[in-house]
Amino acid sequence: MTEEIQNNLIQIKGIRDGLLVTVGQGEWDELRRALLRQVEDKASFFHGARLVLDLGDRTLHAAELGSLRDDLSERGISLWAVLSTSHTTEQTAQVLGMATRLPSPRVSRARGSQEGGSAGEKAVLMQRTLRSGTRLSYDGHVVVMGDVNPGAEIIADGNVIVWGKLRGSVHAGASGNPSASVCALELAPAQLRIAGYLTALPVRRFLSGLVGKKGRSQPEIASVRDGQIIIEQWNPKEK
Amino acid sequence: MAAKVVTIASGKGGVGKTTTTANLAVALAADGHKVVCIDADIGLRNLDVVLGLENRIVYDLVDVVEGRCRLRQAMIKDKRFPELHLIPAAQTRDKNSVSPGDMIRLCDELRPDHDWILIDSPAGIERGFRNAIAPADMLLVVTNPEVSAVRDADRIIGLIEAEEKGPARLIINRMNPTLVKRGDMLTSADVHELLAIELIGIVPEDESVIISSNRGQPVAMNGNKRAGAAFHNIARRLNGEEVPFLQLDSRDGLMGRISRLIRPGGS
Repeated sequence: MTEEIQNNLIQIKGIRDGLLVTVGQGEWDELRRALLRQVEDKASFFHGARLVLDLGDRTLHAAELGSLRDDLSERGISLWAVLSTSHTTEQTAQVLGMATRLPSPRVSRARGSQEGGSAGEKAVLMQRTLRSGTRLSYDGHVVVMGDVNPGAEIIADGNVIVWGKLRGSVHAGASGNPSASVCALELAPAQLRIAGYLTALPVRRFLSGLVGKKGRSQPEIASVRDGQIIIEQWNPKEK
Repeated sequence: MAAKVVTIASGKGGVGKTTTTANLAVALAADGHKVVCIDADIGLRNLDVVLGLENRIVYDLVDVVEGRCRLRQAMIKDKRFPELHLIPAAQTRDKNSVSPGDMIRLCDELRPDHDWILIDSPAGIERGFRNAIAPADMLLVVTNPEVSAVRDADRIIGLIEAEEKGPARLIINRMNPTLVKRGDMLTSADVHELLAIELIGIVPEDESVIISSNRGQPVAMNGNKRAGAAFHNIARRLNGEEVPFLQLDSRDGLMGRISRLIRPGGS
């Protein structure tokens, strides 16, 4: 797919992961119409395509993005990823279940995050509960103020901190950094990965967050030691 | 008069969306409200069966949308409750026969003459679900106290929040106090704590629900049944009344025994 379609409002080009649509400046309604016009003009080219939308720093709300996704899907196109430097837009896309970054070669990023040290590394803060079906992936640390429910996924190149109950799946140090850690007020993930290490917690433990007696839970931290993932009570005095 | 549009959704199938829709419709109509139910489960219709109206279908939702009949012609009047109407789904078409825009237009046409419009959503998170929530002013998320149903409800609530619809309220259906007491079922507190939306009703497991659905007489027509009473309570809460929750989880053993003493065989 090397065909390029251009006009002054939107740019479309073929990439490894589908078609990349870059929108220019201007009113959203106008851009949206321009995109749909393009799609209709070249219906056979677009049919069945997987689209990545690069919105730059534009802020879009769920209703706008959701209705565009619906319009595209009616024309046989799946909008699977949205790239944006706007935080609101990124979060909107994640809530709607779209990816917000493209898979990139892992090697180069792995090196970057291991050399980075702790100062000045980037992090994202989510101030809400991640419900089932939400996937949050980020090339830095992830902090969630809220719960991570069963069926939600976090993939971070750095550490994952959950100020709440962690019951979904989590992968810290995803680009290959085994010194990453995961901590939560209640650590009961369905699956926990750090770099290449994996631990499926005993089912009884996972259910303890859902069924049974309401024991007081302790904040816990998971990290890799001697080639396996260890979960310990959080004890700030030892650190 | 401007109707409130309430969509009943769940994500997972078989948790009791259609039963809930039928019973809330009956409970609201019994309280004198003008109610119209819309079966949005095109291709797998069964709200008509639960309401006992399947033999009276002439036109359906798709006929209205595609202009083959007027809206009034597709509305089946329930003879037991003159203020209760049903717009049935088409059985021979699929979800793509209707768009979210069609549903919004349809509800706008119904709003002036009714108090409540109840939409029975299909299971799943695809087109049919999006059709059903498009016109909603409020959503009722139905779940069972099971891990799988709760996870799907959580997904649905996430989608409702993402589409900026709502508010979403929770109905926990088929609560079995005996299993809860043995620690073999999620408690309503467990479910509510995970889903973290306002709880509007807990409906106990009750075999009379199945029996009455099979007869086409929703259990809410019989206020003596525990599940019927629970649906009436939800209807009253929808109208803004403060109705205390039946204490199913903790005190049911005693309550059950007392109620059985008072009316033998009554529960």
